[in-house]
Amino acid sequence: MGKKLLLDKVSVAGIQGYEVYRREGGYAAVEKAFTMDAATIVDEVKKSGLRGRGGAGFPTGLKWSFLAKPEGVPRYLVCNADESEPGTFKDRYLMEKLPHLLIEGMIASSFALGANTSYIYIRGEYAYVYKIMERAIKEAYQAGWLGKNIKGTGYDLDLHMQIGAGAYICGEETALLESLEGKRGNPRIKPPFPAVAGLWGCPTVVNNVETITAIVPILKMGGEEYAKIGIGRSTGTKLISASGHINKPGVYEIELGVSVEDFIYSDEYCGGIKGGRKLKAVVAGGSSVPILPADLILTTAKGEKRLMTYESLGDGGFVTGTMLGSGGFIVMDESTSIVKNLFTFARFYHHESCGQCSPCREGTGWIEKILNKILRGQGTSQDIDLLWDIQSKIEGKTICPLGEAAAWPVAAAIRHFRPEFEAYIKNPTVDVKHYYRLRELEMA
Amino acid sequence: MSTTKMYKFSDATMARAQEIISRYPADKKKSALIPLLHLAQVEFDGWLSADAMTYVAKLLDIQPIEAFEVASFYSMFNLKPVGRCVIEVCRTSSCWLMGAEDVVRHIETKLGIRAGQTTADGQFTLKTVECLGACGYAPMMQVGDAFHEFLTLEKVDTLMEGFKEEYAVAHSGYL
Repeated sequence: MGKKLLLDKVSVAGIQGYEVYRREGGYAAVEKAFTMDAATIVDEVKKSGLRGRGGAGFPTGLKWSFLAKPEGVPRYLVCNADESEPGTFKDRYLMEKLPHLLIEGMIASSFALGANTSYIYIRGEYAYVYKIMERAIKEAYQAGWLGKNIKGTGYDLDLHMQIGAGAYICGEETALLESLEGKRGNPRIKPPFPAVAGLWGCPTVVNNVETITAIVPILKMGGEEYAKIGIGRSTGTKLISASGHINKPGVYEIELGVSVEDFIYSDEYCGGIKGGRKLKAVVAGGSSVPILPADLILTTAKGEKRLMTYESLGDGGFVTGTMLGSGGFIVMDESTSIVKNLFTFARFYHHESCGQCSPCREGTGWIEKILNKILRGQGTSQDIDLLWDIQSKIEGKTICPLGEAAAWPVAAAIRHFRPEFEAYIKNPTVDVKHYYRLRELEMA
Repeated sequence: MSTTKMYKFSDATMARAQEIISRYPADKKKSALIPLLHLAQVEFDGWLSADAMTYVAKLLDIQPIEAFEVASFYSMFNLKPVGRCVIEVCRTSSCWLMGAEDVVRHIETKLGIRAGQTTADGQFTLKTVECLGACGYAPMMQVGDAFHEFLTLEKVDTLMEGFKEEYAVAHSGYL
């Protein structure tokens, strides 16, 4: 069994509530943080090697050290709980099961950053989780972990929930800040980065839910100990959201470095492919990362075992590799139509493009339309080249990474499964006539 | 829609709105816009009319257009009337892999409507939505703020009987 740093207490009865959480050692990280100075805490986070768990994998300690500290200007910590990347449901799990772990991480992190007001921005569809978090925050206030002069330290912190209303783009940190300011979720042009001009123009750090919760074990065990877990620059543990054609879908905490094969087939994790069918492909890190066929997800092009680390999954670049991303691990068996799966992604990105940049706004629409045409049985092989051309013209030409997120899945599906697209075009299957509903095209 | 409808929060909702507004600096009240639009949608029949948005804008000392431009951006805000019970079925990758299309088709047949439509008696609206973060528990649908997961067609039938009985679940929920 791998080490559990976040989910070690998840099955303790009543752990959602303050009393049990505290009895199980909760809020010890805050107590420890209050004995340290802010710069030391940032150093510990740097030493831990923790990388942003939302998908980008940027070193958290470094991000914190960029925070501007002008005199007389408030600084903010904003937790990104907008989790919307298809295939990802770990933050929801964390907040639902361990709301106080997030609050504990928020207090320790806010203290380290010198923030006196912090927000947790949660996606609108997670309204029931919002309520769980609100209840837990209330308990934390009552127990004296939030408010004025916390535990006699002289440190003040208010922590508030903020809810979104259905927009994937608000997971992008500057779009999230716009939304938190009560506006449309249009990403901002950077620079300036939020560390300099974020929420209401003030210096702001935005961190993912899992990143914030990881601060708790890092403070408890020390950055160096945390860094001993994992391999190379992939330190610590990571939550993986496993879904698709597997026997045991769910959220798993892994030590970074577990092999992909073990993750899919061992009983500790996914428990193998449903019905004993063969593995066809995996989207390893949420919908935007390149899909890989079975052979390339299990072993790298060099023939090495593929590991669940930032580096190993990235081995081979986008030609033969992928990304750890958010850890949204979607497994597809041999019966899966890659063309149709790609269509669900394309429809998603078209729906979620904020419309600000034309390459993304128009490109995502055309990708969806062309895939529609192929699925309807009216595709030509030129359409595959057209898809390739369009995706290549979105990448790198937009304000935010939604453009890339929409382009990469198209490129990877064609790169690895072009014959399947060709076969589909040549011989539109029963699947098309029987299963595919024409009117979806009309609505698109 | 009746033109004489009064747009005014109940005392309880107003208290909730004031508490939410207090979460932001006094000169940043606009930050409460999205939560307040949720409150308005729940309170005013599950959708946001121009009058409802204007009412919220007034509470926050902003222009009505600022409320409208936000309401029209976010997919959870309904800008047209909806049924008393809104069923939202996720259709993105993992849910699709696990049979979301069958679920949608089953509900369509049951209600005699297509996704995006409302039944003639105004009871149900069926919507398809993009990933709701229940990928490991697919297929799923959301009604009010409740997630219904690991759906089978039988489970959908049972759930829908319940929705008929107590369709107040429709807009219960947000905040």
